[in-house]
Amino acid sequence: MARILPLLAKVVAVLAVYLVVQAMIMTGVVDDYILITMVTICVNIILAVSLNLITGFTGQFSLGHAGFMSIGAYTTGLLTMHYPTWWAFLLGLLAGGAIAAIIGFLVGLPTLRLRGDYLAIATLGMAEIIRVLFLNFPFTNGAAGLSGMPRFVNWTWLYVFTAGTVILISNFLRSMPGRNLIAVREDEIAASSIGVNAVRAKTLAFVVGAFFGGLAGGLYSSYFYFIKPDLFGFQKSIDILIIVVLGGLGSLTGSVIAAILLAVISSLLQPFPELRMVIYGLILVVVMVFRPQGLMGDRELTFSAMRRLLPHRWREARP
Amino acid sequence: MKTKRAIQGRRAAAAGLAVALGVSVLAGCSSTTPGAGTTSDVIKIGVNYEQSGAVATYGKDSIDGITMAVDEINAAGGVNGKKIQLVTYDTKSDPAEATTLATKLMTQDKVVAVLGPATSGSFKATVPVANQNKIPVISGSATADDVTVAPGGAVQPYAFRTCYTDSFQGTAAANYASKTLNATTAVIIKDNSSDYAKGLADNFTKTFTANGGTIVGTEAYVAGDTDFNAILTRIRSMQYDVIYLPGYYQEAGLIIKAARDLGITQPVIGPDGFDSPDLLSLAGASALNNVYFTNHYSSLDQDPKVQAFIAAFTAKFGRAPNAFNALGYDTANLVADAVKRASGLTGVDVMNALASTKDFPAVTGTLTIDADHNPVKAIVVIALKDGVQSSSEKISA
Repeated sequence: MARILPLLAKVVAVLAVYLVVQAMIMTGVVDDYILITMVTICVNIILAVSLNLITGFTGQFSLGHAGFMSIGAYTTGLLTMHYPTWWAFLLGLLAGGAIAAIIGFLVGLPTLRLRGDYLAIATLGMAEIIRVLFLNFPFTNGAAGLSGMPRFVNWTWLYVFTAGTVILISNFLRSMPGRNLIAVREDEIAASSIGVNAVRAKTLAFVVGAFFGGLAGGLYSSYFYFIKPDLFGFQKSIDILIIVVLGGLGSLTGSVIAAILLAVISSLLQPFPELRMVIYGLILVVVMVFRPQGLMGDRELTFSAMRRLLPHRWREARP
Repeated sequence: MKTKRAIQGRRAAAAGLAVALGVSVLAGCSSTTPGAGTTSDVIKIGVNYEQSGAVATYGKDSIDGITMAVDEINAAGGVNGKKIQLVTYDTKSDPAEATTLATKLMTQDKVVAVLGPATSGSFKATVPVANQNKIPVISGSATADDVTVAPGGAVQPYAFRTCYTDSFQGTAAANYASKTLNATTAVIIKDNSSDYAKGLADNFTKTFTANGGTIVGTEAYVAGDTDFNAILTRIRSMQYDVIYLPGYYQEAGLIIKAARDLGITQPVIGPDGFDSPDLLSLAGASALNNVYFTNHYSSLDQDPKVQAFIAAFTAKFGRAPNAFNALGYDTANLVADAVKRASGLTGVDVMNALASTKDFPAVTGTLTIDADHNPVKAIVVIALKDGVQSSSEKISA
């Protein structure tokens, strides 16, 4: 019983969120604008959670996540433009993730021997190379970008991939290879001394992170109609990093909360274009001053943590 | 001890719950949705422009023109007795934000038309939203050829613009070179990093060759370059009548200065990217002779409509208007005119009225919207003498 109940709670919670939103879409409570904001949020959640795996949990400072995203975006975009079918869309998402993962592997092998600032610069360089390639490939339409991709992303696919990413990465971190990542972050030498292959662990984090980064890019290109190389520049990588740092390095729920929070703030500030970026920046400064470890630090928002907030007698009533 | 699985379960469930919390917050926002504005005594028009980010100046300049036009219309009593109300948002120069805000303007603010964004990429990102919601979008400065037509060649029913296309500008420059300057040979120096420049160069080549001319050399640079001596030294030894220089004023100013220093005296023709006071400060007055560029309008135009616009704009903002100001002004006036002519206040009515625009008296030239939703209007070729605009010539389409 004690084992099954939390699993059941997980399934019920995940399904309930899907059904509630689906019902709100069908009754018109969630209109196109709210849905588009939720797409932004979900894409950002996947990006932040996958970067958090690399930067937060494995301790490898990467400034190249937008590069992986662009690979997925172009793969899905090109595939669905030429074959506008569901199969091409799903294939594009998976292929985009897979290509990003392969690039992540190839780039990771030499660069993950670097640490800290050096790695950050190397990953930044990688993302720039990818961007310039997309600028010059004959089939990507250069600086003008791709437009006219059909829209395949709907709430169902969006939720499947977002919840799936969070669950998969969270489970991965509880597995032995996942634990190795955290060990490498905590102390690379100590981890090596007990038999953890640090280079392999770091490369694995990079590959998994890159895969989901590519997936997020695919979802993006299949909802926003238009992509161009400039969208996936340095600034985009920084935007993703902001979500991760704001939520807390090493906290998946932190990344989720930060992605939601930033999108909601940004959308609430839309009527004030002059002050929008000022207030946005101010919020980031204030959070970093008062919570330098991020909103969640390296803690997670779990059911057990929330139960501690409930009054005593309710807590006792629970199994 | 907690079991491993129990912890897993809790974490994933918590993640799901967090999403739920966010969703409910968002749902809360929607309840404040304002009602349809078009049924009351105002007509709402969306303004979806870049006000921050890389191309903020384009958006801000367009908005200055738009607000001036709307102020004038409202001061004169509005459209069909109703005042125009602008709902303005900032796309941050991000196409995804442009898509998001176009959706917001159409579904929540219930506007009858959306103006902007200024750049072709961001504008294209809003076209499917327009087609889906049946609300027209119209840009004053999205010049890429494929903005108003789908990849297959069919017209995008709800996309319009008030500026000419890149191909038209390249064609007009070629015609000016071969017909007015009597050139038979040309050299092209293009900005290889911009599709704008590439498109202009291609269309110039096509028309110039069709007119019986020959392109004797093509050189390329990349935006941000500052040393053009290698290119210009190669060009100096060639025989040709005219240089076509598609690109922006930042590099064009330096190229013209270096070319004149090297003794290259042939006429230089450029696109609307030359339209900046910085061209003079970069090239210097003595270099800017025998230089021509195609533009949307000229302040030298003696048309009373143009002179009245320049006077009013200068009085309001304390500076002379540029092409973005003029195009923004025209775009807002054209939409207001379409709303006035429309049989109703739905997006479909406004779209039909926009599509049937004929001989609309715009500051940037009297225009008629063609079957591809592009304006048919005259282009202006401006000649520079000692760095100042000395004459302008209208070439009709």
